[in-house]
Amino acid sequence: MDVQELRKEFTQLDEKVYGKPLVYLDNAATSLRPRGVVSKWVELSERYSANIHRAVHHISSIATEEYEHARETVAAYLNVSPGEVVFTSGTTASVNLAAFSFGEAFVGEGDEIIVSESEHHSDLVPWQMMCERKRAVLKVLEVDEEGRLRIDELGSMISRRTKLVCVTHVSNVLGLVNPIKAIAEICHSHGCRLLVDGAQGAVHGHPDLKDLDCDFYAFSGHKMYAAPGTGVLYGKKELLDAMPPYMGGGEMVGSVKWSGTTYAPVPLKFEAGTQNFAGAPTMVPAIRMLELMEDAEIERNIDEITAYLLEELPKIPGLRLYGIPGEAYGQDFRKIPLFSFSVEHCHHEDLALILDKMGIALRSGQMCAEPLMDRFGVTGMLRASFAPYNTMEETGYFLSSLKKAIKMLEA
Amino acid sequence: MKTLKERQDELVEEFSMFDDWLDKYEYLIDLGKNLEPFPEELKTDDRLIKGCQSRVWLDAEAKDGAIVFRADSDAIITKGIISMLISVYSGRRAEEIAGDDFSFVDRLGLKENLSPTRANGLVSMLETIRNIAQNNR
Repeated sequence: MDVQELRKEFTQLDEKVYGKPLVYLDNAATSLRPRGVVSKWVELSERYSANIHRAVHHISSIATEEYEHARETVAAYLNVSPGEVVFTSGTTASVNLAAFSFGEAFVGEGDEIIVSESEHHSDLVPWQMMCERKRAVLKVLEVDEEGRLRIDELGSMISRRTKLVCVTHVSNVLGLVNPIKAIAEICHSHGCRLLVDGAQGAVHGHPDLKDLDCDFYAFSGHKMYAAPGTGVLYGKKELLDAMPPYMGGGEMVGSVKWSGTTYAPVPLKFEAGTQNFAGAPTMVPAIRMLELMEDAEIERNIDEITAYLLEELPKIPGLRLYGIPGEAYGQDFRKIPLFSFSVEHCHHEDLALILDKMGIALRSGQMCAEPLMDRFGVTGMLRASFAPYNTMEETGYFLSSLKKAIKMLEA
Repeated sequence: MKTLKERQDELVEEFSMFDDWLDKYEYLIDLGKNLEPFPEELKTDDRLIKGCQSRVWLDAEAKDGAIVFRADSDAIITKGIISMLISVYSGRRAEEIAGDDFSFVDRLGLKENLSPTRANGLVSMLETIRNIAQNNR
């Protein structure tokens, strides 16, 4: 399959902005959606709108089957069992659920949670909130100047009071793939658990959660080509069983009496209220798309883009790239096609505004990672994040436009 | 001194001369670069305008019955925008500023052509100027 063929599946790529072809380089914020996802979404909305898991009527059973089929598909893709896949509204909801319920079950006063310095606010603020509630201590695992996680320090940071380590699979700013399997080994050999924020990691590379052996894995549907408002919290069965529900109501119950309520088994215990029955099933065509992208030619294209930008971006005078791939601490930190950078004497917002008028959509600002901005001493960065449907031609246009924008600001 | 209306009309006409938005940005960048230097000691949190992606400081001083505005930003296009607003409102009486409906900004076409975060910043700038004028009446 070639890239032009792939592009036909993503109708938004034909959009024009200010009369110029849209060059969409904000994929890390949200991906575009292929036809298959949109048609599944529309089909469920137009023909099979019914509340799931409760009514006995025909339409409801179709909707329920679609929903549960999505759970099975996601589980198979991640190499876990369907009973370990909790549907949520996205990564943020997944982490909040984990933080609340894990905290209630396992965290007490004086216990410790470790989060990495490169976490998105969504894998940071929920832990701050939980630690405050439980009077637990939040500790920070740092990244080095290259943006590589200091996993050499992790073992000595974990104490007998450490209950959980939270790291991102791939930072939404640095774009480096963290060695999750090695981190899981360190955590488990020291008797604590590992939660992974997979918001970026679930899209780039095909995570095998059995192999990675993390205890929780959270991600969003909308960054992996599925409908917005969909997401997953994977958790090991014995942990999910031991955790109390996060929200009450709807079909998350066993039996409700004035004397007390029993809960449905996992995963329904964590799915209170009406679920996103039109959205969750779009994970099926989204996963088909991810599998389609595991194609030699498609992979070669995106690898070439990554290598080209790693070479060309640092040549621009005054440009600093954050997240440099390479070997460190006995691990190989690979780079996904995500490039955050700053340019001396050019404000990220000015660059983003000018590039926008050239048809290029990218991200500027703190990227929901304020502590990481402080770490590198900047008020914000510019980020170009690519997907397999982006072309080398777009990459070249982005580079020349960036140079032109810098010139406009310098002149 | 031109009336408020005259100055606004003049600015709208100047801005409409550029067909291309990149030219409009060039113009704003020039305005930003030529803005009178802002004293470092005035860059305090209470002068920061909230709601902008970049940092914008606005200082207001009452002088001979009028309000003199000075401003700065770490982003140059934003600095150009605030420079434009200052050229309209600085040196005018509080009553005159507070009585304005600020609709000339719509005529500039700025709001719809800036990203939502920037448009929010623009709205915050205008609100701050209006509030200062109302409090100084």
